[in-house]
Amino acid sequence: MTIKGKAYIAGIFEHSTRKAEGIPLSQLHAEVAKGALDDAGLTVADVDGYFCAGDAPGLGGFSMAEYMGLRVRQTDCTETGGSSYIAHLNHAAQAIATGKIKVALITLAGKPRTGGAPPGRPPMAVIPPDAPFELPFKPTVLNLYAMCARRHMHEFGTTSEQLAWIKVAASHHAQHNPHAMLRDVVTVDEVVNSPIVADPLHRLDCCVVSDGGGALVVVAPEIAAQLRRPKVRILGAGEAIKHTNGGEMDITWSGAVWSGAKAFEEAGVRPADIKYVSVYDSFTITVLMQLEDLGFCAKGEGGRFVADGNLISGVGKLPFNTDGGGLCNNHPGNRGGMTKVLEAVRQLRGEAHPAVQVKNCDLALAHGTGGYLPTRHGSATVILERA
Amino acid sequence: MSEPKDNAVAADRAMVPYWEAARAGRLLLRRCSTCSELHYYPRPLCPFCLSSEGEWVEASGEGVIYSWSVERRANPPYAIAFVTLREGPTLMSNIVDCDLDGLAVGQAVHLQFEEREGQPVPVFRPS
Repeated sequence: MTIKGKAYIAGIFEHSTRKAEGIPLSQLHAEVAKGALDDAGLTVADVDGYFCAGDAPGLGGFSMAEYMGLRVRQTDCTETGGSSYIAHLNHAAQAIATGKIKVALITLAGKPRTGGAPPGRPPMAVIPPDAPFELPFKPTVLNLYAMCARRHMHEFGTTSEQLAWIKVAASHHAQHNPHAMLRDVVTVDEVVNSPIVADPLHRLDCCVVSDGGGALVVVAPEIAAQLRRPKVRILGAGEAIKHTNGGEMDITWSGAVWSGAKAFEEAGVRPADIKYVSVYDSFTITVLMQLEDLGFCAKGEGGRFVADGNLISGVGKLPFNTDGGGLCNNHPGNRGGMTKVLEAVRQLRGEAHPAVQVKNCDLALAHGTGGYLPTRHGSATVILERA
Repeated sequence: MSEPKDNAVAADRAMVPYWEAARAGRLLLRRCSTCSELHYYPRPLCPFCLSSEGEWVEASGEGVIYSWSVERRANPPYAIAFVTLREGPTLMSNIVDCDLDGLAVGQAVHLQFEEREGQPVPVFRPS
C-alpha cells in the first residue's frame, strides 16, 4: 500500500496578515480554509476530512468543524509542532488512498504577536516526564537550537559565516515578496555582526515571529480531474520522532534522516532529482542539518553546501524557501510546516514570484521539524510532483 | 517553555530514591537488569527494552561538555549545556561558577547540586 499518486493538492492559501490585531484564531482558520477551497474550486460542502493541530482552538477539531460548518467522516489532530501540517498531508493522502475520504482540509493559524491561546494546551496540561530533568536549567528554543549549531561546528568545522549564507539566500527571495516581514537583502557580514542571542547563533540566524495562517485542500484523483487549477501530485511522505534516547545522544542530525529516507523510497526518486526544496527554517542551523539529513549533501558538508549562494534561486544548485521562508517572510504561530508546503506548491504550479520561480520545476520536497531539535522533535517530509 | 504547575516530583513514587540521593548531593543513574543499558533521565521502565527490573547507579560526578550555549538576552546571562557523564549518558544541565566566554566542547566539568524552587538539581562547574 502506498500513497504514491493517490492524492493531489488542489487548493492552497496563505493569509496575508502578519499581525492579526482584533482577529481571533477561529476567524483566521476559517479565512484560510475558505481561501484554499476557493483556490481549488470547491466548497465547504465538499470537505469530508478535517486535519488540524494544537493551534486550532477547542478540543481537537470539534470547535473549528462547528465554526466552519464542516460535516466530516474523518479527522486527525496529530500534534508534532511545526511539522504537523506535513504529517497531516501524509495522513490525508493515506485516508484518500484507502477510500475513507475524498476531500481533505488542513488548516493552521497562529497569533504569537497579538495573543490568543497558546498551542497545544490540552496535552501540555499534563507535565511531561522529562520536565523535572530539563526545565530547571532554563532551556529556550534559542539555546536548544544553538547547542545543535555549537556541536555541528565542533564536529564538522561549520562556521557562522556558512550559516549566515542561509539567511542571505532567504533575504534574496524575500525582497520579491510584498507580504514578507523582512524584505531587505542582507549580507554575510550583517548576519555575523548582528548581536549574539544564544552562542553561537546571532539575531539574524533566527526566524521572524508572525501571526498568520495557511490551508491546504487535498483531493482524490477523480476530484482533481474535474478541477481547473494546476495539479500537484503527492509522491511520497515520511515521518519520525527523534528524542534523547535514554541519554545516548547525537544532536548533529535530525529525524529527517528517517522521514526523508522513507519519503524518497516511497516516491522512487533521489535527492539529485529535486528541483526545489522547502525546508524548515526556524534557525539557520535547522536548514543546514535538514539538508544534510535529507541527503542533499553528505553529513558535515552542509556548511560548504549552503555557502556562496547555493540556495538562491537562479544562482545556486538548490533553490530553497523562495517565499523568504520563516527566516524572512512569516512563521505563523511559530509553526512553519504549512508555509513550506504552500511555496512548494506555488513552485510546482509555476506560480512563484517570477524573480524566484525555478525553471521546469516538476519535482519538489517540503520538510518540517517540530518541537526542540536537540531533545525531542517530529520530522515530516513530503515529495510532490507537477501533474 | 512554561514551568510545571503541579509537583510532578512528589507524585512519582518510583523516583523517590533519585530525589533523596539528590538532596544528599549524589546523582543516580538507572541501569537495566535485563539489557544492562544505563539511562538518564531515570525511569522505572528501561527506555531500551521496557523491562521494569533495574538498579540505581551513582554517577562519579565527572563529565565533559558535549555542547553548550549562553543565553545572552537573560539577565544575568547563563550557560546551558549537555554534559556527557563518564558513565556514558548525556544530560541537560547548567555550567555554573564559570567564565561564560571561556566554555568549550570537551571541557572537563564536575557535578554539584543547587536547590532551585525547592528541588535539588545537578549542575556542573569547570574541573
